[in-house]
Amino acid sequence: MKKRSYASLLLILLAACLALAGCGGKKNAEGGTLAAIKERGKVIAGVKYDTKLFGLKDPATGKVEGFDIDIAKALAKKILGDENKVELKEVTSKTRIPLLQNGDIDLIIATMTITEDRKKQVDFSDVYFEAGQSLLVKKGSAIKGVGDLKKGTKVLAVKGSTSTKNIREKAPDATVLEFENYQDAFTALKAGQGDALTTDNAILLGMQKQDPNYELVGGNFTDEPYGIAIKKGDAEFVKAVNDLLKEMKESGEYDKLYEQWMGVKPE
Amino acid sequence: MTGKFDIHILFDHWDRFLEGFLHTIASSALALVGSFILGTIIAVMRIAPLKPLNWIGTAYVEFIRNIPLLLVVFVFFLGLPTLGVPLDGFTSGTLGLMVYTASFIAEAIRAGIQSVPSGQSEAARATGLSYMQTMLHIILPQAIKIVLPSISNQFINLVKNSSILAVVSGFDLMYYADLINADTFLPLTVYTIVALFYLILTLPLSMAVHYMERRFRAADR
Repeated sequence: MKKRSYASLLLILLAACLALAGCGGKKNAEGGTLAAIKERGKVIAGVKYDTKLFGLKDPATGKVEGFDIDIAKALAKKILGDENKVELKEVTSKTRIPLLQNGDIDLIIATMTITEDRKKQVDFSDVYFEAGQSLLVKKGSAIKGVGDLKKGTKVLAVKGSTSTKNIREKAPDATVLEFENYQDAFTALKAGQGDALTTDNAILLGMQKQDPNYELVGGNFTDEPYGIAIKKGDAEFVKAVNDLLKEMKESGEYDKLYEQWMGVKPE
Repeated sequence: MTGKFDIHILFDHWDRFLEGFLHTIASSALALVGSFILGTIIAVMRIAPLKPLNWIGTAYVEFIRNIPLLLVVFVFFLGLPTLGVPLDGFTSGTLGLMVYTASFIAEAIRAGIQSVPSGQSEAARATGLSYMQTMLHIILPQAIKIVLPSISNQFINLVKNSSILAVVSGFDLMYYADLINADTFLPLTVYTIVALFYLILTLPLSMAVHYMERRFRAADR
């Protein structure tokens, strides 16, 4: 009795393995992602729908717009000759890798930081956005970088974020005031409750765009480069994406897009 | 793990709990004294025999009492600094608490003053005491006794409301609780410990209310 149940369990597992392998193999059977895109006639990009500047769904029009979206469009234009031949799929930080591995999306352009851990699961393109923690100050402030956060200066941050821990290490003498969310922290900065606000530069760039009386200073003091994720082992497609990024940078199209979304030129 | 109560959190983060507790005590004590004085002044204004004073007193009570405490605190935290009066989170939170609680205390004291029989003030004025003297020496001492229980209830509310400081980074118990929770991911433990700290402050106040109520009932008999 016991032996038989083990045997049937093994059989089920085997069947599951075969099924999974079959699914995985199907889409990659003929060539890589590039061939699949050409055959399909469109690029399926996994993007964020809730991230300002990068991929945000406008509730009024239903359109998703942002820096990441425009990169996806540029890719469609390069591969298929038409920037509108792109299908956007919403991903979150949790769902994006499984969706890519299942073949539901061709690539991830979703504010994804390149890390060693993730490199084990996916391949990354070259860096397309230098993200990292930075400082936002009122224009004309004496604070020009993290080194100016001496004793007596107040830095605003958000409760429980990693940026709070980072700033305590980089500026141990400054007083860190923590708020419920970014909007509260920015409001407090505007009210003069602190000398600088710290978090990811992407969020700060959004605030700077919202109120040009404030500016980012000192560059990034942590390094979290964003890359485009591609299915592991598809070197051909990685090269195609890297070529595109290179072309965009050389032609000035990258700078144009960057300035359009971030409000400033890339450093 | 998040559902587990782990008392080690209290010892591991003792310095931050203590720092928060001391700030909560300081803010509550300052706001308590301030709101009592301010509340008494407003109450006297409300019943003074001078119409403009009545209006100011009534306007204060009805305006402050009927808006959220958070708004009052934001006036000090976000509003005044833009007008050139820099107030930090602790100060603006404490001032907000004081101004807000004063409106409730004013109402309690006004009710107490008006419950003192009118013969008392008539007799006092007949002996030649001025209005202010009558208030200070005859009416208020009697009124305070009547309103002490309801004022103490307001003080209990004040201690609990001091958690508003967490929103304006006023370094109180609740502020540090949020930070400790963000580090440990043990909300049940962290906030239970915080609840106990608040009870250390509020339970004696609550017992004092019961004691006073019993004594005054006995005195009236």
